[in-house]
Amino acid sequence: MPETGIGAALLRKEDKRFITGKGKYVDDINRPGQAYAYIVRSPEAHASIAGIDASEALKAPGVVAVLTGADMAEDGVGGLPAGWGILFQDGSPMIEPAHPPMVVDRVRHVGDQVAVVIAETKAQAKEAAGLVDVDYQPLPAIAGLSQASAEGAALVWDEAPGNICYDWGLGDEAATDAALEGAAHVVTLDLVNNRLIPNAIEPRAAIGDYDATDDSYTLYTTSQNPHVIRLLMGAFVLGLPEHKLRIVAPDVGGGFGSKIFHYAEEAIMTWASKRLERPVKWTAERSESFMSDAHGRDHITHAELALDADGKFVGLRVNTAANLGAYISTFGAAVPTWLYATLFSGCYTTPAIFANVKAYFTNTVPVDAYRGAGRPEAAFVLERLVHKAAVQLGMDPVELRKNNFIQPDQFPYQTPVALEYDVGDYDGTFDAALELADYSGFGARREEAATRGKLRGIGISTFVEACGIAPSAVAGQLGARAGLFEVGHVRVHPTGSITVFTGSHSHGQGHETTFAQLVSDRLGLPEDQVEIVHGDTAQVAFGMGTYGSRSLAVGGSAIYMAMEKIIAKGTIIAAHLMEAAVEDVVFDKGNFTVAGTDKTKALGEVAFAAYVPHNYPEDLEPGLDETAFYDPKNFTFPAGAHIVEVEIDPDTGVVDLCGVSCADDVGRIINPMIVDGQMHGGLAQGIGQALLESCIYDDSGQLITGSYMNYTMPRAADLPFFKTGHHITNCTHNPLGVKGVGEVGSIGVPPAIINAIVDALSSAGVEHIDMPATPERVWRALQDAQA
Amino acid sequence: MEDFAFHRPGSVAEAQETLRGTEDSKFMAGGQSLIPLMKLDMAAPGAVVSLTGIDELRGIEQQDGSLVIGAGMTHSEVAESDDVRNAISALAGLAGSIGDPQVRNRGTLGGSVAHADPAADYPAALVALGATVITDRREIAAEDFFQGMFETPLETDEVITSVRFPVPDSAGYSKFPNPASKYAIAGVMVARNGADVKVAVTGAGTGVFRATAFEEALAGDFSAGALDGASVSADGLVSDTDASAEYRAHLVGVMARRAVEACG
Ligand SMILES: Cc1cc2nc3c(=O)[nH]c(=O)nc-3n(C[C@H](O)[C@H](O)[C@H](O)COP(=O)(O)OP(=O)(O)OC[C@H]3O[C@@H](n4cnc5c(N)ncnc54)[C@H](O)[C@@H]3O)c2cc1C
Repeated sequence: MPETGIGAALLRKEDKRFITGKGKYVDDINRPGQAYAYIVRSPEAHASIAGIDASEALKAPGVVAVLTGADMAEDGVGGLPAGWGILFQDGSPMIEPAHPPMVVDRVRHVGDQVAVVIAETKAQAKEAAGLVDVDYQPLPAIAGLSQASAEGAALVWDEAPGNICYDWGLGDEAATDAALEGAAHVVTLDLVNNRLIPNAIEPRAAIGDYDATDDSYTLYTTSQNPHVIRLLMGAFVLGLPEHKLRIVAPDVGGGFGSKIFHYAEEAIMTWASKRLERPVKWTAERSESFMSDAHGRDHITHAELALDADGKFVGLRVNTAANLGAYISTFGAAVPTWLYATLFSGCYTTPAIFANVKAYFTNTVPVDAYRGAGRPEAAFVLERLVHKAAVQLGMDPVELRKNNFIQPDQFPYQTPVALEYDVGDYDGTFDAALELADYSGFGARREEAATRGKLRGIGISTFVEACGIAPSAVAGQLGARAGLFEVGHVRVHPTGSITVFTGSHSHGQGHETTFAQLVSDRLGLPEDQVEIVHGDTAQVAFGMGTYGSRSLAVGGSAIYMAMEKIIAKGTIIAAHLMEAAVEDVVFDKGNFTVAGTDKTKALGEVAFAAYVPHNYPEDLEPGLDETAFYDPKNFTFPAGAHIVEVEIDPDTGVVDLCGVSCADDVGRIINPMIVDGQMHGGLAQGIGQALLESCIYDDSGQLITGSYMNYTMPRAADLPFFKTGHHITNCTHNPLGVKGVGEVGSIGVPPAIINAIVDALSSAGVEHIDMPATPERVWRALQDAQA
Repeated sequence: MEDFAFHRPGSVAEAQETLRGTEDSKFMAGGQSLIPLMKLDMAAPGAVVSLTGIDELRGIEQQDGSLVIGAGMTHSEVAESDDVRNAISALAGLAGSIGDPQVRNRGTLGGSVAHADPAADYPAALVALGATVITDRREIAAEDFFQGMFETPLETDEVITSVRFPVPDSAGYSKFPNPASKYAIAGVMVARNGADVKVAVTGAGTGVFRATAFEEALAGDFSAGALDGASVSADGLVSDTDASAEYRAHLVGVMARRAVEACG
């Protein structure tokens, strides 16, 4: 393994400050004269507001102001925009209700923003918030999908009949119907993809800081994409031009998608800081995070897989109801459509696929991208179906998958659901996982477990995901309202050290290390000579941020392209310095050399000449400082095979995860230690979804799981030691050959876990179990099967 | 959280005097039940009187056939005490199963007993072992002490000073923890003294209770198998999103068998 550059397992540069508690998060920032905000949130799931009386609150000690949605409306503040438009099957646009940062006359979920109290201290603001008297007139609440779609259901939005936001389709419906009709076997499955609460360790926070001297604004915020916030909040909500609006997203303590979106509090703090002409700071309490961070998943699906007599998949039909919550969050509409149904081909050659997704409004927190975003939901449907097909047809689940895999010589492979996969070797990846898991030894382990009274099962998931989001033009055709390129800016300083400015944002991913390795590898200097700057619109030219496992594939490629420009310009300078022809100069490991000679100039010498251009090519600009905007040519398609073994205690239903073995094709690996870390984190979240986590609303729309007393996050003791391996094919269309690893674990592992549990319970006749497979669910499944 | 005054007296008498001096004041030991309530504004004492500086509440002693544990002993101290491990290892194990290390390092025996949470672990031990709660003014048998959800006969200014646990012939504790909070969904303590067997259940009901059917079955034949036909009724057990009453009733049976098996 190399000790530097691409492939080196370097310790993370950022960990020194994180591990010693020296990270600088939004809540660590304090601005002179700052006041503190506390948000008055709705305790009702659905109610109209007959009045807000702030008189008592205004009299409370330290209170500076109490502001409401009416004040925002008066100032002409707009609504939080949806970043993606989805069409009905008939081509009409989705129903897109207004989403003011603070409600005006109606609340639509517990936690909805009703007013903001601003005071000298946080405690005073909170105290006074309790004195704001809001007259709620309760309305019937729609607490979930089954209520939303019920006949005669109350309406969350008057303009959305049946609570439907859109009724969308993808694929060839007629061909799929025909395939299902004529098929030798049809396997059907009804399943739920459980709703999750993201729970980043750092709660969201925002500081609005208006500067009257030049009429400019700075927003410090917990964001995965500061430029996107500037674009959305500046253009759509507050009407502020970019040159007067700076967004700083410093160290951010985890996002998992939940910090992509533009949230109301960002706009409220920015706006309030101008009204009050003083900085205003808000930091969420944990219970606020539970009821105001966008949630994830929440689907109900009916799926049918058709197979011919030989077990070839011939058709797949999926009908999904997706919960969008009370409002359309930034990417909320795209997640259960383009990020979901496009994955239904999986690793397989299924020729006819049709998916219908009906998205519903409910009186719950908005639902949006959460680690995996649509792809875990797709993998769950597909891999559960494949498992059930193997059982139903009495086929070996390994052979069934292999019989249907797209073969290496079929790439590029056009799926029936829009995507064109560039490369992969699904058999190779699968074989690596089977080996890691000692699949062939399972029978003996099952027998041994039986002697201890335990039910042992094994489950497989072989999956593809789409990452490196996204080719802008393609995304635009699909309804994206922004480009999805990335920006890399490489500044070589006069003495040869380097600062890289990237539009990607790091909130746990280790960019400061991985990106430095890219630079070290290409430009031939040690990683400690490279500094990575991100998270500040005043420093980085532009950026689309971090989500969809795109940082390396898109952001890293942009840095690579900027380095190519540096090398091209450096070559001209070096040729001049060495009195050689440009064509004769080659760059390698930090040195420009005249081919076939020992004449050479180090990058540092060339940089120095660029900034002290005494002896310098005519007509060439001084300086060595280049920017590249990189727009990907396609998505990237990481693929993997995850194999899980469980042991079930039939007395209690407790599931013991005995083994998690993963072989993944994440493309070229820059830092194997960081890749392992990403795998482990993603697996922990996938295990959380499969076994532990479940967001529950009661029938009146109250959030039951609003704290860690009953929302179960995975903890170290819940996790086994993971076996992770790789079988790599390099991405063909980006310069680094990379694909992405951030979401792999949470996409691949849940169906493998459920398949393993169903396998363990199969002797009792259990065919399916919903997530999370809690002990009580497992115990009940056994009781019901035995009854 | 509302503002409050904070006192840390050095004796029980001084603590009581301080408490009486301020309206709505409360004792605080480890704060692991009181502080969460204060954070949610479900408790808003005008003054908090800390019991952590009082030597009288500390210590673990063997007294003719009993173990007397000071109310101020933390869960970790009880879990790690050789005296407890040697005399009633199930009790040390129980203390070591409470919450997480942070909770165990702060939370105390007295605080847990006084709080009488229906899902707390200690009440099962006190009832099964036939323990006595000793306060500054009286002694109360465990079965009279736990009167239901958060209900005890303690007066506002009464301080638990220690708990006396008779050392049994053998005892075992088995708990099915809530995966999120680690409190008991169903916890069963079994204690045997000759032919006398006590089985106390926590977590499953609205307060600790004895499973008399199990006690009878075990009195004749102290083995896990003796419980095969026995069960507790789901009626009256807690049913919520964490676990249904039916599942809790089932778990009580499983935990009871495991507690019997764990008896040394
Ligand atoms: C995350 C978490 C997980 C937990 N998990 C468990 C678990 O698995 N099992 C379990 O049993 N418990 C659990 N607990 C509760 C924990 O054991 C508490 O420590 C305990 O219930 C209270 O003890 P304390 O010393 O912290 O009391 P405090 O919180 O300080 O006080 C609680 C109450 O007792 C009163 N009090 C305290 N000491 C005395 C005294 N000597 N005399 C009279 N009154 C007194 C106080 O006035 C207050 O009303 C958990 C707590 C947390 C926060």
